Amino acid sequence: MTFSAFFFQALNGLSTASGLFFIAVGLSLIFGVSRIINIAHGSLYMLGTYIAYSFATYIGGALGFWGGIVATALIVGVIGALIEIVLLRRVYRAPELFQLLATFALVLVINDATLWIWGPEDLLGPRAPGLRGSIEVLGRQLPSYDLFLIVIGPLVLLVLHFSLARTRFGRLVRAATQDREMVSALGVNQAVLFTSVFALGAALAGFGGALQVAREPANLATDLVAIGDAFVVVVVGGMGSITGAYLAAVIIAEVKAVCIGIGVVDFGFMTVNFSKLTLVAEFLVMAVVLIVRPYGLLGRPQAFVRSIAEPEDPIRAAMPALKALGAVVLVVLLCLPLLAQTSPYLLILGIDVLIAVIFATSLHFIMGPGGMHSFGHAAYFGLGAYGAALLVKWLAVPMGIALLAAPLVAFGGALLFGWFAVRLSGVYLAMLTLAFAQIVWALVFQWEALTGGSNGVIGVWPPPPFDKAWVYYLLTLVLAVVGVLLLRRFLFAPFGYAMRAGRDSVLRAEAIGIDVKRVHWLGFAIAGCVCGIAGGLFAFAKGSISPETIHVSRSIDGLVMVLLGGIQTLTGPIVGASVFATLQDTVMRQTEYWRALLGLIILLLVLAFPQGIVGAFSSLWRKSGVKS
Amino acid sequence: MRPTRHVFTLALAAGLAGFASQASAQQTIKIGELNSYKAQPAFLDPYKKGMDLALEEVNAKGGVLGKKLELISRDDGANPGEAVRVAEELVTREGVVMIAGTFLSHIGLAVTNFAGQKKVFFLAAEPLTDKITWQNGNKYTYRLRATTYMQTAMLMPAATAAKKKRWALVYPNFEYGQSAAENFKTLMKKAQPDVEFVTEQAPPLGKIDAGAVAQAIDDAKPDAIFNVLFGGDLAKFVREGNTRGVFKNRTVVSLLSGEPEYLDPLKDEAPVGWTVTGYPWDKIKTPAHQAFVAAYQKKFNDYPRLGSVVGYVTIKSIAAGIAKAKSTDTEKLVEAFKDLKVDSPFGPFIYRASDHQATMGAYVGKIALENGKGTMADFKYVDGASMLPSDAEVRKLRPTETN
Repeated sequence: MTFSAFFFQALNGLSTASGLFFIAVGLSLIFGVSRIINIAHGSLYMLGTYIAYSFATYIGGALGFWGGIVATALIVGVIGALIEIVLLRRVYRAPELFQLLATFALVLVINDATLWIWGPEDLLGPRAPGLRGSIEVLGRQLPSYDLFLIVIGPLVLLVLHFSLARTRFGRLVRAATQDREMVSALGVNQAVLFTSVFALGAALAGFGGALQVAREPANLATDLVAIGDAFVVVVVGGMGSITGAYLAAVIIAEVKAVCIGIGVVDFGFMTVNFSKLTLVAEFLVMAVVLIVRPYGLLGRPQAFVRSIAEPEDPIRAAMPALKALGAVVLVVLLCLPLLAQTSPYLLILGIDVLIAVIFATSLHFIMGPGGMHSFGHAAYFGLGAYGAALLVKWLAVPMGIALLAAPLVAFGGALLFGWFAVRLSGVYLAMLTLAFAQIVWALVFQWEALTGGSNGVIGVWPPPPFDKAWVYYLLTLVLAVVGVLLLRRFLFAPFGYAMRAGRDSVLRAEAIGIDVKRVHWLGFAIAGCVCGIAGGLFAFAKGSISPETIHVSRSIDGLVMVLLGGIQTLTGPIVGASVFATLQDTVMRQTEYWRALLGLIILLLVLAFPQGIVGAFSSLWRKSGVKS
Repeated sequence: MRPTRHVFTLALAAGLAGFASQASAQQTIKIGELNSYKAQPAFLDPYKKGMDLALEEVNAKGGVLGKKLELISRDDGANPGEAVRVAEELVTREGVVMIAGTFLSHIGLAVTNFAGQKKVFFLAAEPLTDKITWQNGNKYTYRLRATTYMQTAMLMPAATAAKKKRWALVYPNFEYGQSAAENFKTLMKKAQPDVEFVTEQAPPLGKIDAGAVAQAIDDAKPDAIFNVLFGGDLAKFVREGNTRGVFKNRTVVSLLSGEPEYLDPLKDEAPVGWTVTGYPWDKIKTPAHQAFVAAYQKKFNDYPRLGSVVGYVTIKSIAAGIAKAKSTDTEKLVEAFKDLKVDSPFGPFIYRASDHQATMGAYVGKIALENGKGTMADFKYVDGASMLPSDAEVRKLRPTETN
């Protein structure tokens, strides 16, 4: 790669960086003020591209294009304000992270709404009037629109920077980012502040999406791609720092552009195609940055947030009646094979639900009592699944040994990643776990010789007698019960109390002699280990596994299950997983618009049970004065 | 006690009631179908329409074996694990006699393996990977669409005729892209031993950084480019490449780019002169095709895409197979599909007994601009049978127990 080629790829990187910056900066502002992790931010970005496309094609010309971009930003801003007023405002008092569930539902609804309005085909907008061609730089053609993007990114950064530094609104935003309770105590109308920040963030996302209309087609998959990139940029830059967001966007875009520029390199002993590294480059950058600088490049340690949710009750051991009910449910589940003789699918669904229960319960173990919000729990599921499947594929081990190895492999992975993760807290911990999960995913995807690449491992079926659904179901049931009870046992042992103490107050826990980091590290590893059981069971239940097993969407599914059930209760993840898995199975049978349907149902559940299903019922129970 | 368990119990009870109410009246022949409808809507929306049209035609003539065909479609979540669950649901809950569908190669492979394990008849409609019929093939799986190997082979005459030495490759980084690139390299080295592959760009599917990729290809100074990108990746790549002059004076051969699904979004920026496989729907004048287009436009007030043809022929194949088997028994279906002849809008083709691959071909031509829209010129239909290796050769590729 010559110097001029290198320099030119750096220019390409800068224009991509501007796009990344616009989507990330809004996310960062919203998180800073309202502490909402807005998964629907990518959907707002996608809407921006679609709306700008409509302006550019139906009105057309310079007015339709450039005026359309401005109008799009305003429209998406209004949509953002509506989302905040109609939906999010109702769930601010819910337990931490619960708002994430609401925005997840929005992703589903907005995607189907977009499909309904604009149709399934990719929509490529016109080129930008006035900036159609290219200019020559270093003997190469640089699109003039790219040059425009290179300039507009820093320009918006400057405007935002000065309005945050100099205006009253900016001062309020900064104050709320540091201590929002104090801001409201001083008489600032928080509702208006939250709404306007959300609208601003949404407008920036819409603006960013609209700018892409001249570069790429409006496409229904943009939402998830954009949100993934945005998270990485925000975290690398430091939550709440807009300059950091720009810096991070530049670094990530440059790393990718350079990887592409290097292309295929022959090292003599092996040939590496660096362009394939773009899959994982951003997550490698994120992991390195978070390990070296735990709060991102320009971020500051997260200010302590006094939660506005109701204080959490300490968890209690199950009362005899609940134990009895648990036993009844268990008996019903044991008898399921008899009931299923007329409808054999019940067993297959049962296996899936039980696997989801193990997955969600293990995630809840670190999320709830551990206070560690893992956004990458799929990594341990995937390590378990691949551990088992690869042993069968390469060493032809029997199923029993493979199922035993699954939790061990996951345990090893969790020990390794957990060591780094527990050094962080809050959203940074969440993002580091996500980065590790993505790195595992990319490794599995790329290491074709071992893992089969995108095809995965095919043909991992259980041997007789487990090839019969009811036998395999009973095996899954046994392992699920063992896994759930084991985690419960940990929670009510001194270890569990120590873990919760470390969550609630690191200082006090350390003062009475608890090594909080080590306890949390072990907790993380135990959760990973149990999650590995689910992975192993999954591999044999499906007969094949692929990198999707580790995909970020599975991690998000896990979060949804835990939050849906109620993060503050122990039965929450069990109920949440059962409801979500059954719901998904039922809803997906409606081929058309099943996503919107699922989203709407989750939204209803969110509004009806702001503490999760189990959480809502147990607080109702308490309020009615009945002693539990 | 906490009342929360009640919710769970209630949900369970409701679930049980739901399952129990599945009536088993067998007035129709149920066909299960699964596909990544939400992940690949541009292809699969027309595909669904094509299936609906064929169903209507088959049932208007009284169905098959005196019964109407009933199609039960499901979304597979674009995820192999989910796809296997959906396939099991179709077989065990809906009681379908066979399954069909899938789009992405790795999902097709997972369902192929499921079909082999559970002894369910599976007609893979769209996934292109060679492994479905060759390395990972099994007794119960047939495939309709012309494979990656066949489509690459169709482009070889144009690629070798160009007599270019330095080639650049660009492909999406997953099974389909990788195997297309491998096939191309193998075939090219055989046809032209002095060929040189100057760069390979493998961007992640759906996430191409098009400016940088186009530039990297330009910097490698190739004489010709082999492209496997499709969908949104293709649109971004073409626009950047056009602006940066990457395609100027270079031969480009490209898989699937002539399919309306991927060509039409490019509008007046369709890359003129690329040699592609595709489907020039408005220029094919055979009677069979014209009848198909007329019926399709009448029913949907829209023109057919290639997906429409694939969906349509999938259902027609199933109807022909069941009619020939005179039964919906799996083993009899497997036998009936051997050398089964099917009439399609592209003309008649067969399902080969040796590797279970259909010989339906594809159109090869050059992209041209007409009335501000991309289309194909100088095209011809290439019969799939002429591209496939002989029966003896494929027998070596398939697992021994399937022959």
